[in-house]
Amino acid sequence: MDCNCGQELLKKLEPELKDYNSGKLIPILQKAQEIYGWLPPDILKYISDKTGEKLAKVVGVVTFYTQFRSKPVGKNLILLCQGTACHVNGSADIETAIRNELSVNEGEITADGLFTYNNVACLGCCSLSPVMMIGDKTYGKLTRDSAIKILNEIRGACEDKF
Amino acid sequence: MKITIGKGSCGIAAGVNEVSRIFAEAGIEATVTGCIGKCYLEPIVNINDDIYVKVDSKGADELVKLIRGEPNQADTYKIPAQDLEILKSQTGIALKNCGLINPESIDEYIEKGGYTPHNMSPEEVIDQIKISGLCGRGGAGFPTWFKWKAARDSAGSEKYIICNADEGDPGAFMDRAILEGDPHAVLEGMMIAAYAIGAGEGIIYVRAEYPLAIKRLEIAIAQAREKKLLGAEKGFDIRIKAGAGAFVCGEETALIASLEGERGMPRLKPPFPAQKGYNDKPSNINNVETFANVPWIIKNGGSAFSAMGTENSKGTKVFALTGKINKGGLVEVPMGGTVKDVIYGAGGGIKDGKKFKAVQMGGPSGGCIPAELENTEIDYESLKATGAIMGSGGMVVMDETTCMVDMARYFLDFTCKESCGKCTHCRVGNRRLLEILERICEGNGKDGDIELLSELSEEIKAGSLCALGQTAPNPVLTTLKYFENEYIDHIVNKKCTAKSCKAFLNYQINMDKCKKCNLCAKKCPVGAITDLKIDSEKCTKCGLCASVCRLSAIDT
Ligand code: FES
Repeated sequence: MDCNCGQELLKKLEPELKDYNSGKLIPILQKAQEIYGWLPPDILKYISDKTGEKLAKVVGVVTFYTQFRSKPVGKNLILLCQGTACHVNGSADIETAIRNELSVNEGEITADGLFTYNNVACLGCCSLSPVMMIGDKTYGKLTRDSAIKILNEIRGACEDKF
Repeated sequence: MKITIGKGSCGIAAGVNEVSRIFAEAGIEATVTGCIGKCYLEPIVNINDDIYVKVDSKGADELVKLIRGEPNQADTYKIPAQDLEILKSQTGIALKNCGLINPESIDEYIEKGGYTPHNMSPEEVIDQIKISGLCGRGGAGFPTWFKWKAARDSAGSEKYIICNADEGDPGAFMDRAILEGDPHAVLEGMMIAAYAIGAGEGIIYVRAEYPLAIKRLEIAIAQAREKKLLGAEKGFDIRIKAGAGAFVCGEETALIASLEGERGMPRLKPPFPAQKGYNDKPSNINNVETFANVPWIIKNGGSAFSAMGTENSKGTKVFALTGKINKGGLVEVPMGGTVKDVIYGAGGGIKDGKKFKAVQMGGPSGGCIPAELENTEIDYESLKATGAIMGSGGMVVMDETTCMVDMARYFLDFTCKESCGKCTHCRVGNRRLLEILERICEGNGKDGDIELLSELSEEIKAGSLCALGQTAPNPVLTTLKYFENEYIDHIVNKKCTAKSCKAFLNYQINMDKCKKCNLCAKKCPVGAITDLKIDSEKCTKCGLCASVCRLSAIDT
């Protein structure tokens, strides 16, 4: 089939598709998401064709697990922890502050494409709660001010590049 | 000079990489270690036998001077005597090496007595585990030997050992700490289990949110293969499978479905995984902490383990202390201590001198233990009697500012999102519970709500297939049992004593305390404050004014 997913990028997925058995479906999807940042419909169709799994099953798996994204993401993915420890220590206030600052809803991308905002449950750094993760960096002991400051720093760093 | 830097996820989040950078710039070599469990003291650096804590960049500079033998003020960063005491008083079995050895070095693990060969038969191994009284540390607390024996007795030559590292309880992180700090202990535990039941392959199902744990496991597996402890010649190998995010996958049959590439939905038991598990073959699943206890038991004998603990609960348990606690982190204590011992001992009491209200144990499947039951013994049975459970060992401490109705709402919100949707009672019933709780928190509770909540809770418990649904109402039931007055306050008296539910708050400036600095007005995001008056129409109750006021002059 034709796929607008870029032949170059698709090649990276090739090795994962070898010797397929159904236990490999989730690793394949994880790899595809690593390549594209999200799982575009075309790619799901492509994986379904290559593996012989029904498209319905592939989509079913994608929608079941929180890790998989069916929408594109911004340059910086914000994961704000809403686990129990973070909740008790005020993560709801941090959420309001961040969402006001960026004018986004949960799971959405900002107008400038710089950030996507997501809630998650527990990043495993509960003793530093409230916690958020942006990219592969974890920020602990957040306050409303420190959270906004972090966003501004990232924004500044991104602008410098242009 | 031996210099180690604590690099668990928590240490990294606390900024330990800055210390590494300063050391590297100064040409100082340091090795890495995992989380020692004292997360409130991070970043932590060890120099020979001395422990330095809360090492910021200034501290790192001082340590550089110390290492170079120049005059310095490193002493101000030394661990306080009291904390050292706490650290030393712990019984380390599952955490024995965490924070002490380099998790990326198999040689250090072996030096500490790891991978010592034993000459027991598989039956003898199972016997020792039986004598030890080890029970599953992941939540259910099922005797480990029983599962092993069932898998051993199952027919067929193709069997699997699965390690459940899908730590899903939000607020618990002991498994992460073990995987990051002592991955070989888990591998060795799995090898012993594989030998006992006759398994040829091991799989570790790890949360994708734990990238560092995955990396350290990968290194550990490669090293074990190199030493021929794993691999074709040994007849046993281990691979890692990254989970994709689903709380329900902590349930054995759902985890297996996920390994097989399906949606992680539980199925009816029996057949149990020990008979028909992964790929329909006999499989044994234990969690990380359970496996980490195994090498110690085999080395020291089952009776050494069962010498610790109570009549029905043997050995030690690791707890993750978080929430409104002074000294958040991990503690490993023998079973049989009290909840109070843990919170006021290792935990250092409640933050900001507030009053202890309750502790949530067992996460969303567990319940809260109120302050008046703080002398409850830590033991599977005693905890169960309160309505909470041992669970995986998460202890989220709450104080007078935590609203218990809101906590119940929070947990239901979590389980609703995580319900796989198979059983109607869990899928729809929990959603209804959540809606009622939301209504109460928004100030629209009505007569009969309390009865409705308890009735519906019982129905959901009876009508759900797996532990997720069966335990989902527990937070509602325990808060109703111990904090019914808070429900009544919300429903009848229209107030939230913890001052946490926004609907009941009414922000006002207390003119007796106010010094008219006008900071609140400047900070208010919606411009609701003019002339030192808060316009309740405009006010969104975000609480920013109260948090910026230095004189606590904002009343609610
Ligand atoms: S609850 Fe937020 S990191 Fe665990």
